[in-house]
Amino acid sequence: MNPVVARPAPSFGEVIADRHVRGELVVQPRMGFDDPAQMRQGLLATRDATAATVGTITLDSYTRVGDHRAVRLALAAGTVLNGYPIVDRGPGTTTAMLDGVLTPQFPVQVRHGSADPRRIVATMLDCGLYATEGGPVSYCLPYSQMPLSVAVDNWRQCCETLAAVRGPDCEPHLETFGGCMMGQLCPPAMLVALSVLEGMFFWQYGLRCISFSYAQQAHAGQDEEAVAALRKLIARYTPYARAHVVIYAYMGVYPRTPGGAMRLLAQSARLAARTGASRLIVKTAAEAYRLPTVSENVTALEHAAAAARGVTESGGQVEDTGIYQQAKALVDNVLSLDDDLGRALVAAFSRGQLDVPFCLHPDNPGRVRGYLDRDGRLLWQRIGALPIGDLVELPSAERITSADLLSALRYIELKFDNREYSYDGNS
Amino acid sequence: MTLDVVVTSVSSDAHTWNLVYLQLLLEELGCQVTNLGGCTLDETVVAECAARNPDLIVVSSLNGHGGKDGIRLIGAIRSCGALAATPVVIGGKLDVTGGDGGRTTARLLAAGFDAVFGETGWQTEFRSLVQALAVGTGVPTRAR
Repeated sequence: MNPVVARPAPSFGEVIADRHVRGELVVQPRMGFDDPAQMRQGLLATRDATAATVGTITLDSYTRVGDHRAVRLALAAGTVLNGYPIVDRGPGTTTAMLDGVLTPQFPVQVRHGSADPRRIVATMLDCGLYATEGGPVSYCLPYSQMPLSVAVDNWRQCCETLAAVRGPDCEPHLETFGGCMMGQLCPPAMLVALSVLEGMFFWQYGLRCISFSYAQQAHAGQDEEAVAALRKLIARYTPYARAHVVIYAYMGVYPRTPGGAMRLLAQSARLAARTGASRLIVKTAAEAYRLPTVSENVTALEHAAAAARGVTESGGQVEDTGIYQQAKALVDNVLSLDDDLGRALVAAFSRGQLDVPFCLHPDNPGRVRGYLDRDGRLLWQRIGALPIGDLVELPSAERITSADLLSALRYIELKFDNREYSYDGNS
Repeated sequence: MTLDVVVTSVSSDAHTWNLVYLQLLLEELGCQVTNLGGCTLDETVVAECAARNPDLIVVSSLNGHGGKDGIRLIGAIRSCGALAATPVVIGGKLDVTGGDGGRTTARLLAAGFDAVFGETGWQTEFRSLVQALAVGTGVPTRAR
């Protein structure tokens, strides 16, 4: 028998790195239930799945926007929420829910989507949870009406709160959501640049264990190029961080057939494996209709892990269509605006030098557009004031119609469901 | 006539592709659109609508809280005198159970919405509603 030796629990980043060295892709659900018993059952089922997994507690959207009155009313009325209300459940309930669930090899990440996660971060630390995700840009522009400068300040405070608990036994982890902006139709260079910039922001405010996200788009080759660019920029701009790349299975309109959903998920797992990413956030076949069940999540985790098994890293042999140069130009320009990265990000958006297509936030300039070409490559249609004019070729300007937008949004859904696009509004 | 339309989400819902799509669709139908975006607070929606006095308010939500948030929002809209009779419609994924056997729609209509649209197959009815408003015949009864 091994003697019991007290040693610090490995950090989220160390657990992922250990799995990566062993050739295992860590798969993770998006799971969140309002009921503590169900949340616990979901975490245990994730842990026991036939796959290398880490756990997720996804919070409900009232907690995300800080509407705690609505949470309490819903809990009192027994109304089902769309996630776990960690702040209003309180540390006692959550600690009991997690008792015997957390192990050194099974950390749990809190996922929320909040532009002001200060109470969420304080609460999760009280519950013994040290990993979360988001970012000052990626959880403000698409998901709130809060001024970007306010979100930047909130996120600075959260980074400092997380950094303050760093110690020999504790290494908090923060993941950028910048590589997932809008889920679809944001050209890869902008996703890569925002992911890198948010990771640098985390580093500036004291985080040392950081993951960088990238969401699968509509063309496998282009995605491989984007992740290669992301890895190169991480090495360049945060060389001393314990860093890994996390891939998100396609976040746009999902195939509605189980077969199509599974094929798309398998493709995202192979993307992660080929690009040397360490972790994959999966999606379930049920998500096109409703919140998935625990067993649907486990099925997705096991399917993704199986699809990644035996797929080898492509070793940097990817096409270069300029994503690295565009992303680097976007990052370098932001860094030139101000010594403080938070102020630099705000300045870049106000000048239109960062700009997210189709994003309705008042602080987003809204002068750029992305489009899908015939093969599913996500390209720039308009670049507004982005400092990449010498790096991209633009198509002859065309006005986008609602039917064009719908067909771009549904490209992956229809491709993986093996259906032709038809605009009758009823398909 | 050109309809002035306000497109909005509800306070807890961050989805915006639906709002971008609706804006383009309404513009193609000849409407002038003000898009308030995602996570709009009730008081923001009421203030913006009271200031603009639109011909139609379109609420769209996909996160499963639209039923609950929508009932609260329509209460706020209807209690503003200027908006008591403004046509207001809602659509999307409005609960987490896939419609609750029609009860979600019934509750939203009872709370004061003029029409409730599901997730699929709504375009034809939505277009005729917009066209009926544009020619001044009001919200068609079929949509109620």
